[in-house]
Amino acid sequence: MSAVLDLIVGDRQADRVVPPTGLTARLTVFAAAVMAFLAVIALALSLSAGRVADRWAQDLAQSATLRLPADPELADVLLIEALEVLQTTPGVASARALSADEQQALLEPWFGPDLPIDTLPVPQLIEVIATDEGYDAAGLRARLNGQVPGAVLDDHSASRAPLLQAASRVRSLGWLIVLLIGGVVAAIISLAAQASLNANAQVIRVLRAVGARDVYIARAFVRRFTLRAGLGATGGVLLGLIAISLLPDSEDVGGLMTNIGFQGFGWLWPLVIPPLSAIVAFIATRAAAFARLREQI
Amino acid sequence: MIELDKVSYGYGGTALFSQLSLALQPGSFHFLTGPSGAGKTTLLRLCYAGLYALGGQVRLFGQDIAALDRDAIALARRRIGVVHQNCEFLDHLSVAENIALPLTVAGRAHEAAGNLKELLAWVGLGLQAGQLPPELSGGERQRAALARAVIMSPDVIIADEPTGNVDWEMSQRLLTLLVELNKMGKAVLIATHDLNLIRSVKSDVNARVLRLKDGQLTHAGTEL
Repeated sequence: MSAVLDLIVGDRQADRVVPPTGLTARLTVFAAAVMAFLAVIALALSLSAGRVADRWAQDLAQSATLRLPADPELADVLLIEALEVLQTTPGVASARALSADEQQALLEPWFGPDLPIDTLPVPQLIEVIATDEGYDAAGLRARLNGQVPGAVLDDHSASRAPLLQAASRVRSLGWLIVLLIGGVVAAIISLAAQASLNANAQVIRVLRAVGARDVYIARAFVRRFTLRAGLGATGGVLLGLIAISLLPDSEDVGGLMTNIGFQGFGWLWPLVIPPLSAIVAFIATRAAAFARLREQI
Repeated sequence: MIELDKVSYGYGGTALFSQLSLALQPGSFHFLTGPSGAGKTTLLRLCYAGLYALGGQVRLFGQDIAALDRDAIALARRRIGVVHQNCEFLDHLSVAENIALPLTVAGRAHEAAGNLKELLAWVGLGLQAGQLPPELSGGERQRAALARAVIMSPDVIIADEPTGNVDWEMSQRLLTLLVELNKMGKAVLIATHDLNLIRSVKSDVNARVLRLKDGQLTHAGTEL
């Protein structure tokens, strides 16, 4: 902790031995800010994908849909029979027939709001919610086949797998992007530090000649780049959070692309980026500085 | 304090000198003379570990520099005040800050306050203390370099043509400072081809004159 404090507070005398270098300073701050901004977006994407995947998995795993044949004359009988079968099936927590309004809402994205559903042969849908233990799908299908001919039980397994896989890949991609951003930050800061060290060759010569140890010379460079990276990343994170908060909130829709953002403790994740950027800068600059110093006696 | 034992050095495969030996004892005063290109600056650099010898052994304060790590070499350099021929400074710091630099890097900046003012006055740079090095003349830079070399009160002072750009009066003042330091037990090694400078101090100090020519280091004697 004291080492971190030393790094932040610094030694005014030691800091002054290295002249301020405008270009590399601005480059470092700018690069760190841009990378932090992108990291916030990638992080939001990854966390959102994770949330969506979890919700889909939870919602779809316990629900199923029973579709009854669209036969206006037998509709009521089929519905009663089907509900009776479902209510007497172990592992089924509840079974509920969707209302006409709910069915219309389901069809609305394809047919529009004015669809006269009452006059159309639309199959009746029943929402089936399983208990935590679940039910025997094969046995239920066999009973339905005998008592409610034409009824189709869809336990969503076919549609669930690719959705979950896609969400999982988006989540992994987000983390990969964050990692790559970290690598790019290290590379940019390393280059900027080397440019600064080359520009200050005379400073290094003079300091070595008067007995400065490598760690003394390196510290002035390392501290400067570490603070610049931390400062730039803080700015980038703030801009990223503002950008995320300005995205339209479409929680009700529940889609991946319309739900990018942070929730709850997730808002704390971006706060990790500035210190992480500073650590990356510290390691990259220190390595570059000592490599450069070792080149001369 | 500083010993060169049968050292050799050269550039681009061509030997500048070989089997060359030299010992700087506490309180010794040496002048190093020789024609341009003979290797005087190279020899001085070997003395303060500014170069590694290609052969032989260099010992700083009793330790073989081949066995010293970089930190140990840096610490040894704090005991050697060097006036370089090209007098490099940190151009963004004031003259006073540059002169105090050895104390600053040693973490003894607080000691500078007392010595610095006196030293600046001694080398005639009291009025230039707040200026930046690029604003100084050649002679002023050499005086500032000498002040920087002695501020830590080093055990050894090595100077490469320290009076090359200063007038006779100032060169005498600078030399007097080196003689005073020598009387305090410091070893002094000065590379110069100004024989009048050597003659001017022979009554004040028991100086040995070394001549480097054709790769050989010979004693020219104290009488010139």
